[in-house]
Amino acid sequence: MTQKKYRLINHTADLGIEVYGEGLQELFSNAGFALFDIMTDISRVRETTEKFITVEGNDLEQLMVNWLNDLLYLFDVEGLLFKRFEVQEVADNHLKALVVGECYDPDRHIMETAVKAATYHQIQVVKENNGWRAQIIIDL
Amino acid sequence: MTEQTNIQVQKVDEYRWKIAKEGNMRVDGIIYADERMIEEIKKDKSLDQVANVAHLPGIVKYSLAMPDIHWGYGFPIGGVAAFDAEEGIISPGGVGYDINCGVRLLRSRLFREEVSGKMKRLVDTLFSNIPSGVGSRRKDLKLDFQREKEVLSKGVAWAVSQGFGTEKDLEHIEEGGCIKGADPAVVSDKALERGRAQLGTLGSGNHFVEVGYVSEVYDKQLALALGLELDQITVVVHTGSRGLGYQVCDDYIKVMLNAAREYDIELPDRQLCCAPINSPQGRDYFAAMACAANYAFTNRQLITHWVRQSFEQTFQMDLRHLQLDLIYDVCHNIAKFETHVVNGQKKKLCVHRKGATRAFPPGHSDVPEAYRSIGQPVLIPGDMGRCSYVLVGTVGAYEETFGSSCHGAGRVMSRNQAMKTAKGRHIARELEDSGIFVHAATRATLAEEIPEAYKDVTEVVDIVHHAGIGKKVAQLRPLGVIKG
Repeated sequence: MTQKKYRLINHTADLGIEVYGEGLQELFSNAGFALFDIMTDISRVRETTEKFITVEGNDLEQLMVNWLNDLLYLFDVEGLLFKRFEVQEVADNHLKALVVGECYDPDRHIMETAVKAATYHQIQVVKENNGWRAQIIIDL
Repeated sequence: MTEQTNIQVQKVDEYRWKIAKEGNMRVDGIIYADERMIEEIKKDKSLDQVANVAHLPGIVKYSLAMPDIHWGYGFPIGGVAAFDAEEGIISPGGVGYDINCGVRLLRSRLFREEVSGKMKRLVDTLFSNIPSGVGSRRKDLKLDFQREKEVLSKGVAWAVSQGFGTEKDLEHIEEGGCIKGADPAVVSDKALERGRAQLGTLGSGNHFVEVGYVSEVYDKQLALALGLELDQITVVVHTGSRGLGYQVCDDYIKVMLNAAREYDIELPDRQLCCAPINSPQGRDYFAAMACAANYAFTNRQLITHWVRQSFEQTFQMDLRHLQLDLIYDVCHNIAKFETHVVNGQKKKLCVHRKGATRAFPPGHSDVPEAYRSIGQPVLIPGDMGRCSYVLVGTVGAYEETFGSSCHGAGRVMSRNQAMKTAKGRHIARELEDSGIFVHAATRATLAEEIPEAYKDVTEVVDIVHHAGIGKKVAQLRPLGVIKG
């Protein structure tokens, strides 16, 4: 039985996501997936480009916000849509990941929702039961 | 997740409600709303946010909320808070991610009958000339860092020097299209990188270019002074500082999280992170914010250029006949240094308006000469498919809200709920049936932006008008819209 990666939460002006993962690596991977799943029809994204990212933060919450915003930066500047997220290392203050996807192609990709940024509003990165749960509000 | 508030409000009068100062609040909160609206507002945590802002050091008079208030992060959207320039703080959350998201209004010499039958062609032409949607970028105007920094320092003056518009446009923009004190040196390379190819693009979400007509005139004299009459064709441009602004906000939230600790500022909510105005961090943020604001003014100016071209192409007329003059351009996510009277004394304040518009009164020197006798034009865009409003600033606003008014219709439905409500409906066709052509770049946008998802902008504007913090001049109705 596959564990759900994330679900959407209601928020008036923006969008909330609740992400799950067995360990921190899976949690952060699923958060990245959730972001791009919201932005585009992710099934149409091919895996032709790889990028290795390092992210820093003062704590897990900052790390989560910075991780998502760094991915948004890559989309905005290089036009990259990501489909697969391999978080190789994650600690309290840094994260290393390999992210795989391709450049946005207006002929093949469907953009669903524009995301401005991941915010600190009501942010949570907590250990729960047998795994981890994160809550992030996205500014649309 | 949208939980009811526990905050108590006291009725002051028909249009004013007070959150009495308690605990660590330094001032009261004042909300402009009517009986019906205040009940809506209580349904989420907007009022808690109004109370939280009242905790911040140097806040003057009140933590204010406009009738279109809704839940944001840290500061509510539709909030106004002014801080003493010497003792107070400046906060990126009090401005928003989309720095200088704002709106401008153009008027044309065309009337409704003259455009009937050509609206679809006009909308399609606008859509092809103005990149919109997620990740929109221009191939014909990609700036190098050097030129981009000129945009950040000079704002619309740069655009005019490059042939995008005239000197006359400059006189009809808040701050003349350039906030002083902008310093590109404090804008990160990441922000510059994001902004390079996005100048002249609409972006997405609730950004749009809307062609409409004057559907009602509430004050003939004021309308005449603004050059508006019934059935006249107008254009509204609503967009902001794109990726550059979002990055500046993100960069400085990181700085301010550390600064709040450094300066021992107690925060009821982390997103209220801030620094003293008179600190290196405070000064740097203002200088970076001004850069992003100037980028946004320039963005709206460039889009105006392509709006004018699209009209010329569609109607086969030149600008001399079409005119398409700029009435005014206002910010609704910004922090400004202004002088206001507080307890009988003139004080320099840093006024934060997040989802609120400056609304200066008749006689104020910052109001362009053309409008000085009537007050500053205030543009209130409605949501897609409903109407927009034109107001002027009043003495009432100047005395009560640091010369501020609402910015538009706040959301009442989450995007998720809106998508569910819209399911099975063909939104574009619904709009077409009511005479409005829409061309949207992003699939979900139409569903997310259905009229039901928003407060009634008419109600919001009526509250502002009756409370005396804005005076209704005219109503505009849409005919054609391009959206991100």
